Amino acid sequence: MMKIKAIAINTFREAIRDKILYSLLFFALLMMGASVLLGTLTIGEQLKIVKDMGLAAISIFGTLIAIFVGIGLVYKEIDRRTIYNIISKPVSRHRFLLGKYLGLILTLAIEVAVMSGAFLILIIILEHSLDISLLKAVLLIFFELMVVTAVAILFSTFSTPTLSGMFTLAIYVIGHLTMDLKTFGAKSEIVVVKIVTGFLYYFLPNLENFNIKGKVVHHIPVSWEYISFSMAYGVLYITVILLVSMVIFQRRDFK
Amino acid sequence: MVITTEGLTKEFRVGFRMKRVLALDNLNLKVEEGEIFGYIGPNGAGKTTTLKIIMGLIYPTSGNVQIFGRDIKDINIKMDIGFLPEAPYFYDYLTAREFLDFYSQLFGLGKKERERRIEELLDMVDLRLVKDTQLRKFSRGMLQRIGIAQALINDPKLVVLDEPMSALDPVGRTKIRDVILRLKDEGKTVFFSSHILSDVEMICDRVGLLVNGKLKEIGKLEELLGERESLEDLFMEEIKSA
Repeated sequence: MMKIKAIAINTFREAIRDKILYSLLFFALLMMGASVLLGTLTIGEQLKIVKDMGLAAISIFGTLIAIFVGIGLVYKEIDRRTIYNIISKPVSRHRFLLGKYLGLILTLAIEVAVMSGAFLILIIILEHSLDISLLKAVLLIFFELMVVTAVAILFSTFSTPTLSGMFTLAIYVIGHLTMDLKTFGAKSEIVVVKIVTGFLYYFLPNLENFNIKGKVVHHIPVSWEYISFSMAYGVLYITVILLVSMVIFQRRDFK
Repeated sequence: MVITTEGLTKEFRVGFRMKRVLALDNLNLKVEEGEIFGYIGPNGAGKTTTLKIIMGLIYPTSGNVQIFGRDIKDINIKMDIGFLPEAPYFYDYLTAREFLDFYSQLFGLGKKERERRIEELLDMVDLRLVKDTQLRKFSRGMLQRIGIAQALINDPKLVVLDEPMSALDPVGRTKIRDVILRLKDEGKTVFFSSHILSDVEMICDRVGLLVNGKLKEIGKLEELLGERESLEDLFMEEIKSA
């Protein structure tokens, strides 16, 4: 346990001493600031715009951080051969991977906390009250980011950073469209299409499960049952992805 | 016996057509307790491949390795091994002390024990004055020395060093040689690879010569040399005949 913690803390330390993190954070805050200006252009809908863009900023920049920092940190260990010094210690490979993952999650948690903090302060200033369901939306965004990070780790155990980045981004985009895939398969009359879309639907993460941004902004209630279901789905998906990553990582040669 | 390899073979597949390249060919090697063993050979002979298999970084195609009589698949044997990779890169955002502390945690050492050990090692490798400096500001020689300190953090019985003297100036090499001799005095076994033959001649008890993945010679330095003037003569003869 102490070994996993040491690797996680070291990963976190590396991430927060990296400049890319701060530039992404800066742009997220900039986008929230810009939403206030943009909101003034509309009549009576300013708050909706601010909430919409604020949640979108947390989600988009969180995803970028998850992908870029996530992939970079695992690949760098292999590329710069710092992993030699870890694997040659009494640390199993799956502990290493788990430590890396937890370190990234810790980094993401801090990032999301900073962005959400700024967002909620902005809302309190504008609305003079706080809608608790905004926190539900942030919570699910965080779970989505954890899933994306797990996917990024999976790809970086066997691929280069550029390819891993593209794959992860692709999964992120498709992950938001899996419902459409299912509908498409149901309407199609070609058997192969039905099988392929069905396979993709169950195989790829359904990231729309984590998206309640629209509902929250338009004051449509979201039950805690739904939130817990989505979180459980996320945890299950992450577990499977990490197990597959560990199997791949255990077999590879570090040349 | 500290290290025993039996029929160790490693095949790499390179390029688009997955051409087979034999990096190690049926290697049978024994390293005895308390000795300094020099593992020499030209570039690309398979020295680093051997060390990586021993450390569990890559897996052999066939054959096996035992350390202290236990199979290397058991990661607990690494409690007693220290390793310095070739031309190591380290986390350059860490200070010397943070760096050593990180690795000591991987051995599960307690806080007091870690602090004591880190101070001791910083003294040994002569880096006490820069312990709070980030590694990005270190010179090549200083990095090599902090690398050795990292390999000794667990007070290992076996120390494995990959090209510890390469890319160092004469002062740096002398310092590393002193450290290796001191480890032997402490009763540790040192297994290191090198192609700087003068260093090997100066400190090794036994030598193994690897050419094209095959072990050509192994034995005590005096016995191997025979009538020859230096290790370099033997080295060149073997390479020519290979």
